[in-house]
Amino acid sequence: MEKRIIGQVKRVNGPVIEVMGITDAEMFELVRVGEENLIGELIKLETDSAVVQVYEDTTGIAPYDPVYGEGMQLSVELGPGLVGTIYDGIQRPLEAIRDLSDIYIQRGITVPSLNREKKWHFVPAVKAGDQVSGGMVLGTVQETENVLHKILVPPRDNGMLESIVAEGDYTVEEVIAVLKTDDTHKKNLFLMHRWPIRMQRPTRQRLPLDIPLITGQRVIDTLFPVAKGGTVSIPGGFGTGKTMTQQAVAKWCDADMIVYIGCGERGNEITDVLTEFPQLIDPRSGRSLMERTILIANVSNMPVSAREASIYTGITLAEYFRDQGYHVAVMADSTSRWAEALRELSGRMEEMPAEEGFPAYLPTKIAEFYERAGRMETLNGESGSVTIIGAVSPPGGDFSEPVTQHTKRFIRCFWALDRHLANARHYPAISWLESYSEYLSDMSTWWEREISAQWLTDRTEIMELLHREVRLQQVVKLVGPDALPDTQRFILEVCNLFKNAFLQQNAYDKIDMYSTVQKQVRMLHVIVAYWQRGSEAIKNGATLVKLKKMKVYQDIIKMKFSIPNDNLDGFDKLEARLERAMDQLEALHA
Amino acid sequence: MPDIIKNRRLLSGREYIGVDKIDGPLIFARKTHPVGYRELIECVDQHGHVRMGIVLESSTQVVVVQVFEGTSGLTLPGTRIRFAGEPLTLGVSREMLGRVFNGLGHPIDGGPRQRSDLELNVNGLAINPTARQYPRDFIQTGISVIDGMNTLIRGQKLPVFSGNGLPHNELAAQIARQAKIRGSDTEFAVVFAAMGVKHDVARFFIRSFEESGVLDNVALFLSLADDPSIERLITPRTALTLAEHLAFNEDMHVLVIMTDMTNYCESLREISTIRGEIPSRKGYPGYLYSDLAELYERSGMIKERKGSITSLPILTMPNDDISHPIPDLSGYITEGQIVFEREMDGRGIYPPVAGLPSLSRLMKDGIGEGMTREDHPHLASQLFAAYSYVKDVRNLASVIGEEELTPLDHDYLEFGKKFEQQFVSQGQEEERTIEQTLDLGWEVLRSLPVEELHRITEEEIEKYYGS
Repeated sequence: MEKRIIGQVKRVNGPVIEVMGITDAEMFELVRVGEENLIGELIKLETDSAVVQVYEDTTGIAPYDPVYGEGMQLSVELGPGLVGTIYDGIQRPLEAIRDLSDIYIQRGITVPSLNREKKWHFVPAVKAGDQVSGGMVLGTVQETENVLHKILVPPRDNGMLESIVAEGDYTVEEVIAVLKTDDTHKKNLFLMHRWPIRMQRPTRQRLPLDIPLITGQRVIDTLFPVAKGGTVSIPGGFGTGKTMTQQAVAKWCDADMIVYIGCGERGNEITDVLTEFPQLIDPRSGRSLMERTILIANVSNMPVSAREASIYTGITLAEYFRDQGYHVAVMADSTSRWAEALRELSGRMEEMPAEEGFPAYLPTKIAEFYERAGRMETLNGESGSVTIIGAVSPPGGDFSEPVTQHTKRFIRCFWALDRHLANARHYPAISWLESYSEYLSDMSTWWEREISAQWLTDRTEIMELLHREVRLQQVVKLVGPDALPDTQRFILEVCNLFKNAFLQQNAYDKIDMYSTVQKQVRMLHVIVAYWQRGSEAIKNGATLVKLKKMKVYQDIIKMKFSIPNDNLDGFDKLEARLERAMDQLEALHA
Repeated sequence: MPDIIKNRRLLSGREYIGVDKIDGPLIFARKTHPVGYRELIECVDQHGHVRMGIVLESSTQVVVVQVFEGTSGLTLPGTRIRFAGEPLTLGVSREMLGRVFNGLGHPIDGGPRQRSDLELNVNGLAINPTARQYPRDFIQTGISVIDGMNTLIRGQKLPVFSGNGLPHNELAAQIARQAKIRGSDTEFAVVFAAMGVKHDVARFFIRSFEESGVLDNVALFLSLADDPSIERLITPRTALTLAEHLAFNEDMHVLVIMTDMTNYCESLREISTIRGEIPSRKGYPGYLYSDLAELYERSGMIKERKGSITSLPILTMPNDDISHPIPDLSGYITEGQIVFEREMDGRGIYPPVAGLPSLSRLMKDGIGEGMTREDHPHLASQLFAAYSYVKDVRNLASVIGEEELTPLDHDYLEFGKKFEQQFVSQGQEEERTIEQTLDLGWEVLRSLPVEELHRITEEEIEKYYGS
């Protein structure tokens, strides 16, 4: 095919290239630059010039180098073969690249996103003559043991199916159906279709966010729960455990599919996911976690413009699985690096900066991204969701910086990571004072219906204690704990117990790495019971020292390690022991 | 013009006489042939001395070149420039060990120019994440606070966040001398990149390598305080290019020491300002993060390759401020950090490693049974938790006085003292095995009553605490 030249390079400045002599380029068109065919995207058009951001290192590109147009926007390929694959920011499969270019990522490599040779077993769900419309299911492919990949009619197409293939094995490039869009036009349909990454995929309507995304992390599920389809931001300075928290959620949350975007972070973190996930077993399906994960890796030393695109690539893949009726969780680590990529590109285009050098359109971009989350009724009438959990890396751990502040405007759940907790190796270091979840009231009905009627009262009780503790700690800082009466010191004691026994969760312990909601509810209740019975006892004359020396106290601290998720009988015994111990104590002072 | 494209390679030998503008380390030339971005140039002054530079920006109008050796003495009409038609490369070989080079990789030890096996682009390429091997081999440095609490792993990038006048050089030299993988005798090498440090600092390192008899395994790249500041921008890149060759082509385990990253970042800011770029925080360019990542991310391990690059960048925090952009952005890229505390140094504790903000992210996978000792993870976690409480108690004591503290808090103060003076503090020549370190950890933990040890299992308490 004749290459279509759309212009010539006028100026090179890092990843940003000015192009002159523009003929017929379109906005956001995918382009190739120079003889090395570097991938780029056209991001600004003027009368006869344009600006292109290049997704690869531009070393060696010189003025007058040709720029070719690909005739389509930067898009992703959607079809069987996505699950378990690791892509770079513009959906190039990194494993296939490694086969071609050894340990380093060479430039100008073109590899199709989906394997062209592999045959998939397709089972049609409709027949010739059927009227179909965008988003309807043509048939299914069992992609992995636990992912049934539904082949959809591309969202904007509809018409009458002229033909569809019989059940059998097909590659993503073989025609599986012919759609008659009107009397004169026909369109071939394949197992895959393309979708531009910067465009939200259409749905019928948004649904209320009232089902929790269970993460297995106690501080999250119990204190600051997130809904399926919700938006979360995790801000925290370096070393406070953003990546750890995201990985824990990615491992144990009850989504059907995980899209993990490593955006401008460390290479070894991606390697960690790559080595660890295949070995971990999803407790719900009994299969490897990698079988429900798609990785987008654009690590910090990969080209900065592809970092900008990686967020959109990830969210588009997530939307595609949502359209099949699945619940998808997107981990974006870290959105700050994405914002910095925007800043860098904006600076190179010599745009007027707003706060701290960030472009003035930063809030708009952040809003657009988070608005792609939601629980939706799909075009096919099913319900699916995209939950976005975005890490933010505020410079110096200062939450007043622009990215954190603007993100806070568009999310409804905030898991603030606290340096003091991280320093004391209290993980997950989610601060119970700064964090919040606006989904709580919407979801409490679910909790009460599905899990326990007691849950909300217990949670309110403990949150109140945590807030009272802060005030008491201020007093302690001035006069020391001895100055407080035992009733108040007991509050400090219970909060301490709650932090140690409940909030802290060891991501490496086989039992503690995740807790079912049932276990969480029981644990919470034991601690609340200890508080209620204990404060009664103190009122009746028991001393704090005695309460603390009770053997059952140590049992409560260790319950997270000693009582497994699949056998909660231990709690019955623990509760009985607690009751007995408290009874004895009261008898002593009666 | 299209003909010019075809002839770019042919034109690359062409020499242009006279430039249009000189500003700091940058020269601007008009009316050249189309020149590639980041292309190497040679710039000849009126006395015939050759300096090297690279193209920072290229357009149909003007080419902006950054000259590494500085622009002093250059004149507008008398300067001649030649474009090489390719990016800056470094000829690498094993024989570069034992030698001293300037920031561009030219020998400055009086010896001949090295024979090279390979010409490599100094900018390097991003390692494919699927080719990486997750680092998990424990390196014993013989320093308790590192081995016990912030374990260094082979292939890790672990910077030292220090301040002016703190003993970061001593610590780096001690690590270079003592670092060993237990039960392994693979070849090791040290690549040392000095950016804007003083002559005596360079001499200190050379002497230290000499005394421990490893100088033959060390390659030094020196761009000292009196060298042009712009050369510092290329120094870590040449050093890392050699390190990559040694690690991934020659199967060696390479320790890269880069000091001082703060000077590197200052040079980057200098160039950015001269080019009139939009600054982000404190005048540093918006791409400081990406630029640092290009350096730090070059360390690691690769599947099916025997070698590794472990890097130990040293940076001095301006005004001891850890939230300054340089330590802050570094901390976001590196796998942990060793933070120095001036107050501990003042109390005579060496190494003055601050217990709480220091962290090794890769530690979790490199310690424990089969790697160090089974009690290591819980012991380290308990030491951190207890020491963190010590800080609270000290704050309290400074308000209400030590006498008013509870007996338990007194135990904690005692623990804190022992922890700092016995566990953290050690001699510059003192080398402790991991067992000695862990036993010492238990020793200091015994200041606390057993009920306080929430993070340790009963078996471990029985086995190690009780004795």
